[in-house]
Amino acid sequence: MTKKQKKVLYRIILSTVLLVAVQFIPVEGWIKLLLNLIPYAMIGYDILRKAVLGIVHGEVFDENFLMAVATVGAILLGEYTEGVAVMLFYQIGELFQSVAVGRSRRNISALMDIRPDYANTMDAEGNLEQVDPDDVEIGTIIVVQPGEKVPIDGVVVEGSSTLNTSALTGESMPREVSVGADIISGCVNLTGLLKIRTTKEFGESTVSKILDLVENSSMKKSRTENFITRFAKYYTPAVCGSALAVAVLPPLVSLLLGEPAVWGTWIIRALTFLVISCPCALVISIPLSFFGGIGAASASGILVKGSNYLEALSETKYVVFDKTGTLTKGVFQVTEVHPSEGYPISAAGNRTEALQKEDLLTYAAYAESYSSHPISKSLREACGKPIDHNRVSDVEEISGHGVKAVIDGVTVAAGNGKLMRSMGIICEENTGVGTVVHVAIDGTYAGYILISDVEKEQSKDAIAALKASGVKRTVMLTGDNRAAADHVATRLGLDEVHSELLPADKVAQVEELLQRKGSKEKLAFVGDGINDAPVLSRADIGVAMGALGSDAAIEAADVVLMDDNPMKLALAMRISRKCLRIVYENIVFAIGVKLICLILGAFGIANMWMAIFADVGVMVLAVLNAVRCLKVKN
Amino acid sequence: MKKTYKIEVDCANCALKMEEATKKVEGVLDAVVSFMTQKMKVEFVEGSDEKTVMEQVVKACKKVESDCEIYL
Repeated sequence: MTKKQKKVLYRIILSTVLLVAVQFIPVEGWIKLLLNLIPYAMIGYDILRKAVLGIVHGEVFDENFLMAVATVGAILLGEYTEGVAVMLFYQIGELFQSVAVGRSRRNISALMDIRPDYANTMDAEGNLEQVDPDDVEIGTIIVVQPGEKVPIDGVVVEGSSTLNTSALTGESMPREVSVGADIISGCVNLTGLLKIRTTKEFGESTVSKILDLVENSSMKKSRTENFITRFAKYYTPAVCGSALAVAVLPPLVSLLLGEPAVWGTWIIRALTFLVISCPCALVISIPLSFFGGIGAASASGILVKGSNYLEALSETKYVVFDKTGTLTKGVFQVTEVHPSEGYPISAAGNRTEALQKEDLLTYAAYAESYSSHPISKSLREACGKPIDHNRVSDVEEISGHGVKAVIDGVTVAAGNGKLMRSMGIICEENTGVGTVVHVAIDGTYAGYILISDVEKEQSKDAIAALKASGVKRTVMLTGDNRAAADHVATRLGLDEVHSELLPADKVAQVEELLQRKGSKEKLAFVGDGINDAPVLSRADIGVAMGALGSDAAIEAADVVLMDDNPMKLALAMRISRKCLRIVYENIVFAIGVKLICLILGAFGIANMWMAIFADVGVMVLAVLNAVRCLKVKN
Repeated sequence: MKKTYKIEVDCANCALKMEEATKKVEGVLDAVVSFMTQKMKVEFVEGSDEKTVMEQVVKACKKVESDCEIYL
């Protein structure tokens, strides 16, 4: 508890004791009033002060004013105990709210406690010195000892170690780093000493960007929050108006009918109205729920950039995936090597099948050795040996077809079916799914190499989990060829595939889907954030995946999944649904209880005590309910 | 231009009132007050002086909620 809160607590205890004590003093009339005024003044002086200041400043309808009028009114009507008690309970409620909110704020901050406090720099003698990360310039060598957080993004210059990225990604899978590896701030160094040359300032480092984003996320308010703001604006004056009506109209009607006007009863009822009218429960619990939901998500490595996106996530019915890098690993690997039956006998003589495979890969890798295309890269990787450029000559690239080159004196052609046909070579047509590189040696067909993208292990489960949580349609968009796309889509159980798309076509496809969906349904696009920024911004919710270390993706998306596990999307939707359910529960509960108490109060069934419950009790319950948003089941 | 300020405010409704009051100050294009993070984000009208505008903002906020604090 803060100093301020402790002070209120002491006042509450003291005035409670006094209020109870006063009940046992057998006095009547104005002495009783005076005695009751002691605890009243002690507990309520700041409220009364604020109420007066409010009126002076022309801000009449605030809760201080409501409480002041209600309690002063009760005391004037001779209901001393009730008057003091209302003020007392109001203060207890406020204290509880302030403590509960403070605590959950700290909890949430702790979940996101990735801010490094210091960086170690080295002086001339090699001694370590702790400095503020803000003061470290780009290019400085910093030292990260085992157990410490990496404070600033950089490159490892000495040492090797394993890193725990769980604070950033929510995954506990350690990551290996050694000299030359890029390293991002926020990770915890687990085993070895690392020396890092910083490549960014602290303010531009991953950890600062993420903290910034999470702290600003509650600035983007959801539709529900805006509704509550508008509601509170009309609600309090409306209740005050009704209170006045309850106080004045029924007695006047009685007078007109020639009956005695019971002013006292109706004024008490009106005061009950005022006590009920405070909109606190709603105004505090709704943002607290969203804040809790966003906090819970960030603890699992899901950054949601605003309450509005958390809200939209819960209404998502269409999920559109990019294929490469999202559902698949985006790494092209040689998956099959098929030497043809009529494999040409080379200078090396008749080779076994294993050696033929090796030759085929080597020839293809050498032929493509001057290309920077991902396909050629994966060929070189599969070949495994360093390329000796002296063995290659007369390289001729035929755009859209492939390459011809002379390797060790033989002419090698490597490329697609079109290349083979243009050379009049009959090639294998019945290949598997993926990118096929046919190889011909000295004009004779030698076989083909199949290169394909590998699906992520979790993709299939992720699609199933999304379906289970109410997503109507899952769509995959890809620039890849139709066969490969259809193959992946059927294996993963997607509803719809659009293949062979250019980046602009993806936007068009998303727009078409946006037209097709209902107005209440939201469409989320999930991509790797690298070249799909236009689609990310066109969709209702843009989700970037595997964004760890990619500033562009963090910038462009509304929801950022820090690692590249598609299951996280399903988790994010579950968190958002739970959060929104709690929000609606609180709205219905708080407004419901208040309305019922207002009606009961108007008929004189609900007394001041019930009004206190409607105000303070509802608020306490709503806050406790809101705190549930913090808990996530994995 | 946007700037974020640390604030201190005790109740959620007061934060809403501060937000409303800040929005009405001349030179302020938009304002968001977050009770949860105890922060206030102010977007200034192009060409207005941040310092004088913020003085007015503090005045306006004190008017609606005498207990609030804005750290400039």
